[in-house]
Amino acid sequence: MSGKGIRIEDLKKRYGTGDAAVDALNGVDMQVAPGEVVGLIGPSGSGKSTLLKCLGAVIEPSSGLMALGDEVIYHNGWKVRDLRALRRDKIGFVFQAPYLIPFLDVTDNVALLPMLAGIPNDEARRRAVELLTALDVQHRARAMPSRLSGGEQQRVAIARGLVNRPPIILADEPTAALDSERALAVIRILEDMASQFETAIIVVTHDEKIIPTFKRTYHIRDGITYEEAGEGRLLNSAGKLT
Amino acid sequence: MISLAGRDILHSWGKFVFTGIGLGLLIGVTLVMAGVYRGMVDDGKVLLDNSGADLWVVQKNTLGPYAESSSLYDDLYRSVLAMPGVAQAANVTYLTMQVQNNNRDVRAMIVGIMPGEVGQPGWPPQLVAGRQITRSHYEAVADIATGFKLGDTVDIRRNRYTVVGLTRRMVSSAGDPMVFIPLKDAQEAQFLKDNDAILQQRRRTTENPAFNRPGVPGLLDAVIASQSTNNYVNAILVRIKPGYLSHDVGANIVRWQRLQVYDRVQMEAILIGKLIATSAKQIGMFLVILAVVSATIVAFIIYTLTMDKIREIAVLKLLGTRNRTIASMIMQQAIALGVIGFAVGKITATFAAPLFPKYVLLVPSDSLVGFFAVLVICVLASLIAIRMALKVDPAEAIGG
Repeated sequence: MSGKGIRIEDLKKRYGTGDAAVDALNGVDMQVAPGEVVGLIGPSGSGKSTLLKCLGAVIEPSSGLMALGDEVIYHNGWKVRDLRALRRDKIGFVFQAPYLIPFLDVTDNVALLPMLAGIPNDEARRRAVELLTALDVQHRARAMPSRLSGGEQQRVAIARGLVNRPPIILADEPTAALDSERALAVIRILEDMASQFETAIIVVTHDEKIIPTFKRTYHIRDGITYEEAGEGRLLNSAGKLT
Repeated sequence: MISLAGRDILHSWGKFVFTGIGLGLLIGVTLVMAGVYRGMVDDGKVLLDNSGADLWVVQKNTLGPYAESSSLYDDLYRSVLAMPGVAQAANVTYLTMQVQNNNRDVRAMIVGIMPGEVGQPGWPPQLVAGRQITRSHYEAVADIATGFKLGDTVDIRRNRYTVVGLTRRMVSSAGDPMVFIPLKDAQEAQFLKDNDAILQQRRRTTENPAFNRPGVPGLLDAVIASQSTNNYVNAILVRIKPGYLSHDVGANIVRWQRLQVYDRVQMEAILIGKLIATSAKQIGMFLVILAVVSATIVAFIIYTLTMDKIREIAVLKLLGTRNRTIASMIMQQAIALGVIGFAVGKITATFAAPLFPKYVLLVPSDSLVGFFAVLVICVLASLIAIRMALKVDPAEAIGG
């Protein structure tokens, strides 16, 4: 894979040492191309959150490789000095709950990230309004988060995840709090945004109603990822049916 | 970059304003306490200024007349007046007591002043109404803080005085307003016993064979007369001639008259360093306690406000917000709380100070020091919340 997108090879994460050691990730392999939205599915305790935290540069994996496009960010150790800047500039987050900053209005919630990156306020707000327009919430631009509906809040959260044009967005159960109609609408928005901004999006979900919408889906079990090959069959990292 | 602290304050302004008001009342009390101390110091200085004296001549080995009792014969002022460099010398007595007026009593310092003219040491330097004392008996000039009016009659011991003049800012070092009366009356007031006690004393003296000798007929009358009159005063106030140094004049009086002499600097040191020292320490302790309480309250409030935002802080950190941006947000909020509190406290102290029975002097420099102390306290108090915020794991935003 060249250009943007994300590549993960043999990623492992072990918590604790000795007899108390727990292998949360046991060799994860994933590839998500720019503009692609993939689903990541797995039962509780399968390693979804650990994988998300590793991808989000929040916790350090034990070994393996992670690359954003051509840039290797982790290879048996972080290759990037400023993880905070990495998260701010290259990784977008969309959470189960929108977690908007309650004391900032919609525009500033979205514009905050570019502002933190040093972009002038006017330019940051212009970008924010552009995205809010694309997500059809521009009419609530001056509203405070508490005045928005759940669907509107989630769209604002998506705008916040996209505003710095990151090559990757990690969405952690973004539709969990929404009804079917709004959940599908959010997935459509993510797909639109992925293709519009050439962003690779990984959606962690339990939500049965949205799983069929993904063109590609990864299953994670006991810290190992398998790619769905249709009709309930799974491919392991070697491309063999399991 | 937008001000996260400012936005948060605007968003939850009610919480900040009401917390600021609570803190402000505490700061107001602190400023008033400082004002009480300043008022005590100022009362002492005013007492010395208004006495019009350059030197205070008092009983040897005493710190009189304000900090300790002092007794001098009332004719000593004549020899002091004859000393080189002495321009004026006047006897004075001080007696703090309850003064009766129309079924109410007022705590006041009764000052006995010698007959003379305006400008004589001990006299009230200016009047706001009425006239100075012109008669030898039963006239009084009172400080307006006593609440007396011109023409009022006041009872001091067994005598009744008419208020003929009103003065202002004439107070004792304890802040009690002064009532000036003629010296002879004041001496009597200091000494006068009730009638029963006088009769009892006369009977005892009469029955004492040492005083009631058949061969010395005038002795008993002389003893009784000496027992029922008071020839003592508390101090002699001295004003020196131009061109003389108070130190030199004072040294002469000490040498020749065997008395204690204090100049203005020494008397101020006695008043402030000894007389109000304990009160000053008391107030100092209160100030320390109030500062600690204020710091604790600010720390607790900022900590609670930060705890309320723990999820937002985790999200901010996950999104790549620098630690210093988060620390700055918390510190700015603590400082804003301090500024609101100080503004409320200053206004409260300004309006409350005149309501206090004793003089409360709010000095701008105290307010300035107080303002910076509040800022320092707020910054220090915010450190706990900042420490907690910086320990927040960005992974908390993801959950799992």
